[in-house]
Amino acid sequence: MQLDQLYQEIILDHYKRPHGRGLRDAEDPADQVAEAHHVNPTCGDEVTVRVATDGDVLHDISYDGMGCSISQASASVLHELLRGRGAGEAFAVHEAFVELMSGRGQVTPDEDVLGDGVAFAGVARYPARVKCALLPWMAFKDAAARAGVGASPEVKA
Amino acid sequence: MTTITIPEGMPQFDDVPRFDVAAVRADFPILDRQVNGHPLVYLDSANTSHKPRQVLDALTEHYALHNANVSRSVHTLGTEATEAYDGARAKIAAFVNAPSVDEVVFTKNSTEAINIVAYAFSNASPRADADPRFRLGPGDEIVISEMEHHSNIVPWQLLAERTGATLRWFPVTDQGRLDESGLDDLVTERTKIVSLVHMSNILGTVNATARITARVREVGALLLLDCSQSVPHLPIDVVDLDADFIVFTGHKMCGPTGVGVLWGRGELLAAMPPVFGGGSMIETVTMAGSTFAAPPARFEAGTPPIAGAVALGAAVDYLTGIGMRAIQWHEKELTAYALDALSAVPDLRIFGPTVPVGRGGTISFALGDIHPHDVGQVLDSLGVQVRVGHHCAKPVCTRFGVPAMTRASFYLYTTTEEIDALVGGLEQVRKVFD
Ligand SMILES: Cc1ncc(COP(=O)(O)O)c(C=O)c1O
Repeated sequence: MQLDQLYQEIILDHYKRPHGRGLRDAEDPADQVAEAHHVNPTCGDEVTVRVATDGDVLHDISYDGMGCSISQASASVLHELLRGRGAGEAFAVHEAFVELMSGRGQVTPDEDVLGDGVAFAGVARYPARVKCALLPWMAFKDAAARAGVGASPEVKA
Repeated sequence: MTTITIPEGMPQFDDVPRFDVAAVRADFPILDRQVNGHPLVYLDSANTSHKPRQVLDALTEHYALHNANVSRSVHTLGTEATEAYDGARAKIAAFVNAPSVDEVVFTKNSTEAINIVAYAFSNASPRADADPRFRLGPGDEIVISEMEHHSNIVPWQLLAERTGATLRWFPVTDQGRLDESGLDDLVTERTKIVSLVHMSNILGTVNATARITARVREVGALLLLDCSQSVPHLPIDVVDLDADFIVFTGHKMCGPTGVGVLWGRGELLAAMPPVFGGGSMIETVTMAGSTFAAPPARFEAGTPPIAGAVALGAAVDYLTGIGMRAIQWHEKELTAYALDALSAVPDLRIFGPTVPVGRGGTISFALGDIHPHDVGQVLDSLGVQVRVGHHCAKPVCTRFGVPAMTRASFYLYTTTEEIDALVGGLEQVRKVFD
């Protein structure tokens, strides 16, 4: 059934048992910490993503928000995939996720890059839900830029 | 059971006007289609309604046979188009019992109609020679309510910002009714305009306006009613309502998109300054300045939605042919049925009145803590089309402490089987997310 492609088990798992949820202070007081709050104006979903970084490594990505299963699971996957990664690597993953979501179901995701993020391939076929999946990722991008680790010039999202 | 259906065969059965729903459904081509392998179950008429063949035919016939611009040609086609456009205005005036055809202004939709009134206030405010009823400044007040559509909030917020007037709000009770308890403190000598929704697009509440009208008259303010949701579903009589302005939108009442209506009392429209400038709205134009046409032309700058208005006229004929009382009763029965059926769904919370009195066939609810997006997505996979989100009424969501709601809304073509499909679909939603 079509619906199973959208609501993959992985997505429902992340939704029901989110990883790393809740906004946290940086463990290392020397870290730059910044956050961004994004809202989906069509449905009122909200997410706040906070990034703690020393400028190279994203020590923590914490988040809080309210929204549908897709946006909440997406935040959980974002946390899991990018926390502890180098900024360059993280933005490569970010780019791959944005590309997957903008692909209208035509992009084959690379599991080595996207991990549990591949489960969102089905979401890309539902234009009304793409924004839900991207909401935390867009907030992450702004938060990272505010923490001083902007996307490298060749990355466009 | 709280259903109010009168069984066939009972003496009272014939006391209410009825129509053949199956025959009505046959007029709507889209109702034959499938969605995701299921028959379409369209429960989103509060968002936009479907169009019967009679309306689609009027639209194509106009373009195929009578297409020309209006009010500016002597040729035959121009005359036919003008007659059709003016004829539509007359039909709409009759539909809401407007005392004069010239009180019906065609707009793009309800939103534009409200903005025309708000901007007329803006334009009048700085001018000493303008009608004082339209002049606003610091100390003056505009009153709306917490249950408004954003279309009846934002234009007034912007107007208040431009003029320094204060925006005040009627609260909403826990039952989803307009809280009139503070009426006398809220509507005072400082109030210049009260603008209220007649039927809420999110709670389904139909507001009783008599007390408010009386108070508005007492303090010498103006009253606008946003009838976007009531004109399509209930018999509306502007004389009975005793408002100063009402607005409604064609696409929610079996008409096409792109055409709506501002009705205003003739004397008030005549005193109101223009908002959009352009062709058709002038009396004369010189390089030194312009003078303006009488209403309704004064408020219809540029080429209007001609075919849209003609098709809206056909929609009004269609609705009148079935009978607005009969439509109202049909929806009342559906609402009673749906409230009853939904109350049996575990963990379902209805926002707004839970009895089929003083409310229309628009029911918003929460299913446990499952997000409305997810509810709507699973229902869609079963062919059931509901609206999810904040319904352009965020203050209502805030009032009830939720970011979004799921809404089912009915119309003349809705059946109890479709409500059963909704209830069955909600079971499915619970299975996916429990
Ligand atoms: C109560 C109410 N007011 C105003 C509107 C705005 O209608 P439109 O978008 O056609 O201008 C709507 C429809 O969404 C409505 O339900």
